[in-house]
Amino acid sequence: MKSLAELQAIRDKAKQQMNMRGEQPDAIRVLVGMATCGIAAGAKPVLNAFVEEAAKRNLQNVIITQTGCIGICQFEPVVEIEIPGQDKVTYVKMTPEKAVRIVNDHLVNNNVVTEYTIGANS
Amino acid sequence: MRELSLNVMDIVQNSVTAKATFIEIIVKEITNDSLLSINDSLLSIIIKDNGCGMSEKQLKNVTDPFFTTRTTRSVGLGIPLFKMEAEQTGGSFSIDSEIGLGTTLKANFVTSHLDMTPLGNINSTVSILIRCNPDIDFLYRRSIDDKSFDLDTKELRQVLGNDVPLNSSEVMQWIDEYLKEQTQNLIGGKDNNEIIG
Repeated sequence: MKSLAELQAIRDKAKQQMNMRGEQPDAIRVLVGMATCGIAAGAKPVLNAFVEEAAKRNLQNVIITQTGCIGICQFEPVVEIEIPGQDKVTYVKMTPEKAVRIVNDHLVNNNVVTEYTIGANS
Repeated sequence: MRELSLNVMDIVQNSVTAKATFIEIIVKEITNDSLLSINDSLLSIIIKDNGCGMSEKQLKNVTDPFFTTRTTRSVGLGIPLFKMEAEQTGGSFSIDSEIGLGTTLKANFVTSHLDMTPLGNINSTVSILIRCNPDIDFLYRRSIDDKSFDLDTKELRQVLGNDVPLNSSEVMQWIDEYLKEQTQNLIGGKDNNEIIG
């Protein structure tokens, strides 16, 4: 059974790690569109795929979060990637499989997966 | 929506937009009520926030799909969809709100009805909401008849202190496993999707 004592141990461990890592001003942000349109189109499994893949690769500088509707509902699920110092990239009609590839190619190796972007799909 | 858990995620987004700092998500199942026939059960989903609330006029219009406060598009389907899904099972839907105090939304579902939308993976909804809104406190309560469990992020925050955010990966893992264990415990070893699947 999961106990609060266990959580306390996590806290102590995390605290140490965080002291070493410090703040993350240069973190990569992954924004998954999670309004009614995004959710209905399948944004939840996409977000889960980003979380799982980032955890698998132990990517510490990636923040995965949700955003609202940006007005292009026909392209949902939409994911925006913001890397500090670079142009924002918008991926459309996302799937969990595409998410895995984007983590590997774009987030890890910094190669935009052009074929999944809005520019290639509109 | 394919699952009610997706509706919950969508509806809670309204609370986030309303700048709530505390959001309660209550999923309650009643199987042994004397008013229900055998093999029938009632599922209630209650979402309560302490956000900015709505004016009487907004409240009146909120179930109208062509009413929305957003500016990016002219339709708002979240609440109308949820209402429809409750009412199509012979259930009911209500929403109360007061400016400055917050909003409470309640949907009742008759789970045996042909048009019942499955609850789906509600644990993953709760987990995503905590992960994406680490500054908001959530109370998730799941109950079946007189058995229940809570996940209260205020309680977790007390243990974690101010330095360790709720959405750090170790804490999220703890939350996921806690939810899984408690749910299995509650519904007798069956997986979340099997019970109302």
